[in-house]
Amino acid sequence: MKRPLLVDVLLAPAESARRLSPADWDLLIRQARRANLIARLATALEPQLDALPAAPVRHLRAALLIARRQRIATRWEAECIRRALVPLGMQPILLKGAAYLLCDLPAAQGRLFGDVDLLVPRARIGAAEAGLIAAGWAFDAEISDYDSRYYREWMHEIPPLYHRQRDTALDLHHTILPPTARVQVNTAALFEDTRELPGLPGLRVLAPVTMFLHSAAHLFHEGELDNGLRDVFDLDALLRDFGRDPAFWAALVPRARALGLTRPLFHALRYTTRLLGTPVPADVMREAAADSPRWQSLLDACYERALLPVHPSCDGPLTAPARLALYVRSHWLRMPTGLLARHLARKAWLRLQPPAEAQAA
Amino acid sequence: MTLAALDERALRSRLRGPGLTLHLPPFVVRLHSDVPRVATDLLRLYGDCDLGRDDEFVDFHLAVNYDRGLHALWRRLAGRRQARFSTDGLAAFTTLPATQAFHMIEWGLNWAVTAHAHHYVVYHAAVLERGGRALVLPAPPGSGKSTLTAALAQRGWRLLSDELALLDPRDGRLYGLARPVNLKNQAIALMRAFAPGAVLTEPVPDTLKGTLSLMKAPGDAIARVREGARAAWIVVPSFEAGAEASLEPLPKAQAHLLLAEQAFNYDIHGVDGFEATADLVDGADCRAFTYSRLDDAVRVFDTLAAAS
Repeated sequence: MKRPLLVDVLLAPAESARRLSPADWDLLIRQARRANLIARLATALEPQLDALPAAPVRHLRAALLIARRQRIATRWEAECIRRALVPLGMQPILLKGAAYLLCDLPAAQGRLFGDVDLLVPRARIGAAEAGLIAAGWAFDAEISDYDSRYYREWMHEIPPLYHRQRDTALDLHHTILPPTARVQVNTAALFEDTRELPGLPGLRVLAPVTMFLHSAAHLFHEGELDNGLRDVFDLDALLRDFGRDPAFWAALVPRARALGLTRPLFHALRYTTRLLGTPVPADVMREAAADSPRWQSLLDACYERALLPVHPSCDGPLTAPARLALYVRSHWLRMPTGLLARHLARKAWLRLQPPAEAQAA
Repeated sequence: MTLAALDERALRSRLRGPGLTLHLPPFVVRLHSDVPRVATDLLRLYGDCDLGRDDEFVDFHLAVNYDRGLHALWRRLAGRRQARFSTDGLAAFTTLPATQAFHMIEWGLNWAVTAHAHHYVVYHAAVLERGGRALVLPAPPGSGKSTLTAALAQRGWRLLSDELALLDPRDGRLYGLARPVNLKNQAIALMRAFAPGAVLTEPVPDTLKGTLSLMKAPGDAIARVREGARAAWIVVPSFEAGAEASLEPLPKAQAHLLLAEQAFNYDIHGVDGFEATADLVDGADCRAFTYSRLDDAVRVFDTLAAAS
């Protein structure tokens, strides 16, 4: 398969950007926008922006402004969460985008994200929810009773919260994969491997090895891969950064075993190396590959298509079936077959019902 | 080469095929559409705009095409064919009756500018120019801003924009795309009577906003579209039936707050957005304007332009 222009430029920004024609720039900006990687592209090209053509550079500078705004907004959001929950005796753990940003990791460079993800022990969910609501967060009034119950009974998070004034979104989790999932995460072990966030006393993040494993578990259980390529670049950036410490590589596979995340670890290493050429020590790769599934070549065929930007220029004849197959797989991973059938039947039935107002009238 | 060099047939086949690349400084857009009326309205309103090449960098890829699928077939049989707007293949917004296809392109382009053009501070405001000085008309919907803008554009003011004022924070100048002015309901007949030479599209009835028509940017607005101007006046208009025209001073702080509220990307610019808006307000005479008759309004603004 031909590698998208976006990936070529992101992997070698200095050399490739100078050779682009106006039509290449046109395609590059479109792919980057669709993959939600435009601010990362802008960051990669930032040192040479003045030497590049003015028309696409305007879009890149606009993306840099959005990323700068997001940095400021996320810091403030974390501070507001801290003020709401830490006085209640909680030490919430920030996950993913917000964690990368507040730890100032290379993975946060130009990474755009929509909501803040927060993790607290299951026993503290009620208290955390109450604390957040008291501080101005609220649930979406539109959410149906069924969806609300679905979140609370079968998901690893409660329904999404929004802040009334700032209109920011917050996902409150008690573990990192649905409790109904085929992969059983050792949640207690998750809470043992955290670090304090500098400058935000009381807030924590996962320690590097666990942070990477969570990122991997998230991507390879996800059914809609609109941000798939961005998430692969996250994994790549985390590996290149954390991997400078040999202790990181030594701990990776044992920790994945302890958490129950060996399969997502294998997939993370496989697709970062195959798509982006991420350097992974051969022995770590061999050890992780011990848990490769029998239908690996089929998964390769699917992921290597579905992880490309969702843009017509990156679609081949098998892209749509590959995305559909991974969507179905994600549901199969998320819950046992009986529960999945019940859930889908219920969803289909609800869709046939007229909306509540129409019934009342 | 301008768009007017194409005949309607050639334009339609280009819109259905490779797309029409159009220069709308400071942007380049590429349009796709299989709705025939789009070509008619494009020729009427954008005939003076330059055509671009197929291989150049394009800021926004926009399309409005007939909705497809079984439900679309049913609607077509019922005579209510729908169209859908998309940017670069990604569908956005809901479908609307295909008679509104051209308006969907206008709305879609506005959306694209507000979502992506953060090298400008973008305000929801009309901008006109006279003698090198810009008049900014920020206004919430319903204030009669577009009708007033159309009237002034027909009487010696150069139209920069009816909807979006683009402030370049680097040179402190305002820019517009010299795109058509939106007219709705009674304003359509009013403008036909006020300026019989105005070029208007065939009105589209029964939209969410009522009956809609678009007026072509008059005179040399399109030829001079690259000329920005510094704001000399910020005037908040409000239409009041039967009112005598009156132009009252408006406190600068209030003008700033109003502009901030009407800006699409004020937060993205942060401190720079605040400074740019403060400079804009500082350099301009700020007023609130109440009126009921367009002739009064034209006279008041002529006096304003002559005085300072």
